[in-house]
Amino acid sequence: MNYVFQFGAVPREFGLLLQGAWLTVKLSAGAMFFGLLLGIACAQAKRARWRALRGLVQAYVDAIRNTPFLVQLLLIYLGLPSIGIRLLPGQAALLAMIVNVGAYATEIVRAGIEAVPVQHVEAGRSLGLSRWQVFRFIVLTPALRAVFPALGSQFILIMLASSVVSVISAEELTAVTDMIVARTFRSFEFYFVATGMYLVMSFAFQAVFAVIDRRLFGRWSRQA
Amino acid sequence: MIREFTVSEFWYLLQATRWTILLSIVAFVGGSVVGFAMTLMRIAGSRALRFPAMAYIKVFQGTPLLMQLFLIYFGIGLLGVQVAPWTAAAIAFTLYASAFLAEIWRGCIQAIPRGQWEGARSLSLRYGQQLRFVVLPQALRVAVPPTVGFLVQLLKGTSLASVIGFVELTRAAQVVNNSTFSPLTVYALVAAIYFSLCWPLSRLADRLEARLGSHLVPKVQGQV
Repeated sequence: MNYVFQFGAVPREFGLLLQGAWLTVKLSAGAMFFGLLLGIACAQAKRARWRALRGLVQAYVDAIRNTPFLVQLLLIYLGLPSIGIRLLPGQAALLAMIVNVGAYATEIVRAGIEAVPVQHVEAGRSLGLSRWQVFRFIVLTPALRAVFPALGSQFILIMLASSVVSVISAEELTAVTDMIVARTFRSFEFYFVATGMYLVMSFAFQAVFAVIDRRLFGRWSRQA
Repeated sequence: MIREFTVSEFWYLLQATRWTILLSIVAFVGGSVVGFAMTLMRIAGSRALRFPAMAYIKVFQGTPLLMQLFLIYFGIGLLGVQVAPWTAAAIAFTLYASAFLAEIWRGCIQAIPRGQWEGARSLSLRYGQQLRFVVLPQALRVAVPPTVGFLVQLLKGTSLASVIGFVELTRAAQVVNNSTFSPLTVYALVAAIYFSLCWPLSRLADRLEARLGSHLVPKVQGQV
């Protein structure tokens, strides 16, 4: 191998890389937050009495979980304009990530909700709590606490999957790296650095989730 | 020149599906071999074996698949060897699969109670024999559902090979879309093809899991 690695260009472009990484963090955080809300709503809808609604949610979850994220993204970015919905790359990327993570979150949250004993709900009702209070304090909180580790892993996976949105040139870390590579021809060096940055981000998200877990759920033991 | 989307375009997509399937099979078989070696290292008593395997798994699970593809594609190029996208993709997906399978199988082996190992040892079986005759047969039962589940993740993941120019289903969709410019039809169709490949596998995984009674455990699944 007579290739000379030249990491010299890396410091010069580092600011740009950081900007890209920041957009990755923002996109991921947005997808996690709204995806979780979507997941909670869908998990509830799956327990609804109305059968058509349950079927619809199941179809959504199955469709997302059995097709590649890249195809979902292209369908949203290139396909939606044919029916009059035009999105900027960043918007399409965020929407695709929310829709995607929402389906996975649905299944995880549902597992948590199903693990809540019926007796707890009955006890809450008999204490005169409203339906909303029962849902919020007796069903949702323990459910989220029980599945928080799984949710965290899933969220980190969507952060990693966000590199795919570079394909529609939303300017996150991977797209910025592609751009720099096209300009400097130092492909291996820059992809190497970007990969390291992703690794750091996934550790950072893990650390943040650990803190959230302690802050939010630390008062209760994990075992329900 | 804009062409109509006709049966011949549909036929072209179906033919490209072969490459998606073939790449998945190659990666799965290769990944199983490497992954099994990694599993053995990961559960070994010696730290010198365990640590590299842990690092290997952490790196592959903590970085985007797209970056791994780029690094391997451009990295092999640096060695002075010209490789086709097919070779690079096959290597990259093999390594990717091996890391995930190693982690899945490690979990399955470690789910076997310690008493099984001890019992086997007290029958004066050697380490290899304990593994082969006592632990692995039991672990295999637990390992089948998540392994099938991972196959879905791998199948979806191969869509990223399109980015380095390997003509599988997603790449073929881009080619067809460029000439027919009917993105909604093309990508919806491609999504349907992926779905028809992945859904039966997902169902199978769910069923096997339900039979083992582990379906209530929240499940994290790769989403690319």
